[in-house]
Amino acid sequence: MKFHKILAVVTAAVTTAVMLASPLLAQTVTNSDGERIGVAVEKQINFQPAATEIMERIISFHDLLLIIITLTTIFVFVLLGIVIVKFNRKANPTPSKTSHNVILEVAWTLAPVLILIVIAIPSFKLLYYQDTVPDADVVIKATGNQWYWSYEYTEEGGLSFDSNMLPDSYFADEMTEDVAAERAMIVGEIQHLLDMDEEPQMYRLLETDTRIVVPVNKNVKLVVTASDVIHAWTIPAFGVKVDAVPGRINELWFNATEIGTYYGQCSELCGIRHAFMPIVVQVVSDEDYAAWLVRAKDMYAENVVDNAVRMAAVQPAS
Amino acid sequence: MSNAAEAHGGHDDHTPTGWRRWLYSTNHKDIGTLYLIFAIFAGLVGFSMSVLMRIELMYPGVDFLPALTGGNIDAAYHLFNVLITAHGLIMVFFLVMPALIGGFGNWFVPIMIGAPDMAFPRMNNISFWLLPPAILLLVFSTFVEGPASFNGVGGGWTVYAPLSTTGQPGPAMDLAILALHLAGASSILGAVNFITTIFNMRAPGMTMHKMPLFAWSVLVTAFLLLLSLPVLAGAITMLLTDRNFGTTFFDPAGGGDPVLFQHLFWFFGHPEVYILILPGFGLISHIISTFSKKPIFGYLGMAYAMVAIGVIGFFVWAHHMYTVGLNVDVKAYFLGATMVIAVPTGIKIFSWIATMWGGSIKFDTPMLWAVGFIALFTVGGVTGVVLANAGVDHAFHDTYYVVAHFHYTMSLGAVFSIFAGFYYWIGKMSGRQYPETLGKIHFWLTFVGVNIIFFPQHFLGMAGMPRRYVDYPDAYAFWNFVSSIGAYLSAAGVVLFLYIIYKTLKSGEKCPDNPWGEGATTLEWTLTSPPPFHQFNELPKIK
Repeated sequence: MKFHKILAVVTAAVTTAVMLASPLLAQTVTNSDGERIGVAVEKQINFQPAATEIMERIISFHDLLLIIITLTTIFVFVLLGIVIVKFNRKANPTPSKTSHNVILEVAWTLAPVLILIVIAIPSFKLLYYQDTVPDADVVIKATGNQWYWSYEYTEEGGLSFDSNMLPDSYFADEMTEDVAAERAMIVGEIQHLLDMDEEPQMYRLLETDTRIVVPVNKNVKLVVTASDVIHAWTIPAFGVKVDAVPGRINELWFNATEIGTYYGQCSELCGIRHAFMPIVVQVVSDEDYAAWLVRAKDMYAENVVDNAVRMAAVQPAS
Repeated sequence: MSNAAEAHGGHDDHTPTGWRRWLYSTNHKDIGTLYLIFAIFAGLVGFSMSVLMRIELMYPGVDFLPALTGGNIDAAYHLFNVLITAHGLIMVFFLVMPALIGGFGNWFVPIMIGAPDMAFPRMNNISFWLLPPAILLLVFSTFVEGPASFNGVGGGWTVYAPLSTTGQPGPAMDLAILALHLAGASSILGAVNFITTIFNMRAPGMTMHKMPLFAWSVLVTAFLLLLSLPVLAGAITMLLTDRNFGTTFFDPAGGGDPVLFQHLFWFFGHPEVYILILPGFGLISHIISTFSKKPIFGYLGMAYAMVAIGVIGFFVWAHHMYTVGLNVDVKAYFLGATMVIAVPTGIKIFSWIATMWGGSIKFDTPMLWAVGFIALFTVGGVTGVVLANAGVDHAFHDTYYVVAHFHYTMSLGAVFSIFAGFYYWIGKMSGRQYPETLGKIHFWLTFVGVNIIFFPQHFLGMAGMPRRYVDYPDAYAFWNFVSSIGAYLSAAGVVLFLYIIYKTLKSGEKCPDNPWGEGATTLEWTLTSPPPFHQFNELPKIK
């Protein structure tokens, strides 16, 4: 059958195209030290490259979906093309009167069912993989506020800090002395905390004054809530996103596989400055993480309260 | 067929004139016309808002909207949120629903089933006349305070609590809620009217299984309206009492839950998207059949596919809420249920193609819109299958991929079907035919324009750009620029459309009873163009 051959060739072509294009188009951004920066690039048309197993699985499952939907769309468009060419009034002046074909109707009901089963099985696997939180090495509580995120390292004596977006004025070509001084101070703090020699590459609307720091190749659990309206916490390169809902605690987990800086943005409409509460996660080695903890506890000392004191505060007096 | 209805015949056939004819109208065709005029004006407002948004988003940085707010940057951010909110509400409640259900539904359902009018003509009148106050309330809301010190509602068309309660303490949100109440009441009354009309007023011999598919589609839509809108009404009433009377349905501080609102909203909201598209499915079937000179392929399958879509549409709502913190098993259920919808939708797409297959197709303007509809709805449909997968949706949720998806189904689906219906029926409704060449130019301009707007938005979504953003990181600049260019092209199409309406009504050629030839078999083509004020004084008999 000619049809079978064409179908096989087109399927092979689309599959090859997607499998080749998917890694080719994945543009990895790195800084001068060769460390990964999880950020979109100009004219990007696909996902950011994965920095976790979760995102790797999302990308490979999406590749499968992309093959299926591209083939489906091509199939429909080819049929429409044939209809336009072969069955226009000039080419076919006398219409047929066919209005039923049971076999055909059963076929186009069952074929989609089979395709959907092919999709559903890996889809369920992916979903359960993402939503089953493993034992966590680091637990961080993220709270969405209008319009900034607060973070608390719950197992580090309540180490906590707020994370505000760096304003556009820090990215202007010319800035007043006051702004320049303020910027230098904040960037200095970021450098100090992360022990960076040089000023990091900065991205407008994505940069915050403080960064969440997590160790590489460790399971990180994030518990997410909000203090006012609903926000959503996400890092595209990690393939995680969860709403921050007042009065609820949601969870997500990730295990970042590459050292680097990863950016995300609030993903649930939260009011006037919804577009201006980004998220920055710095993934570092174990040693750097330990060093950061020491410096951070020192810098945010006023926020750090001894666990015993915190517990006492919430225990009823006996 | 005996359809000898005369406009000025009967003894009680009084035809009021002047403003009385419209304000007091109980005539389904006049009310349909009112709905269409209303939809066109509302559509222009909603469309203008989308152009304002695309102008703002054309370049990174917030440069355009501050010009409208006197340089106040926070007011400009809020204005953007007001625009997205109003654009969504207007397009859903005041363009697509009035045009397809109120306009074409009122005009052609009674005629197609061989009825003289709707079952409850006076209720039909109030259904329409609830809409102008509804949209006025929404307009008023933009002049009063929403969030502290800014005017207008900026909560998105989904009005999620608590952004719509504590997040917008001013009276603007109350006005918007009341606007939705009125629009909802209008639609419920309309739905009751359609259901009664279709069940009880079919001409002798017009069995359910002989009924034209457009009537089927409006029947299914009416049931969806009847069952889903009361849930929205309940949800927004709870919002109202949370806001004003100290209840805490959605406030965790009082034992409530913001997620409850989302369940209620989407229990309405998901059927709502089928409410928007199903009448389009119906009339696309007519157009495909007419211009192919062939009967609908698989008529019963087509009718029951719509019923199936309507029924399943009630059991998939939480796929809008995959990131809200649902239990994984719940997500798994909604994932599976959602994918099932692809099956009846596939039946429809393939049946349309099979209807054309072997046909003798004339590509007049309505047919171009119909074929364009099938092509673009397919694109919107397959991205819907992608989004149904909760695992992948964790990456896509609230990104531009979703925006692209639902505009392919709504803006390029429902709106294409409205244009298709307009060109198909304008000759019948007005007695004057549209200019064919201009109609075709309108189609191509719009087809190219909307694809340039929305296709690149898939890329933006994959790259991670969140939706409802007034400003975006510079990496997203290129595709946003392209998208905005497409919006300007579509705007040219809208201007041309207005000119076509003017040209048609002013100097269009006289339209014969049946301008489309033997392919057009439904009852409206047996009447004069325009039809008499009261048709079917003697009921037609269907073989």
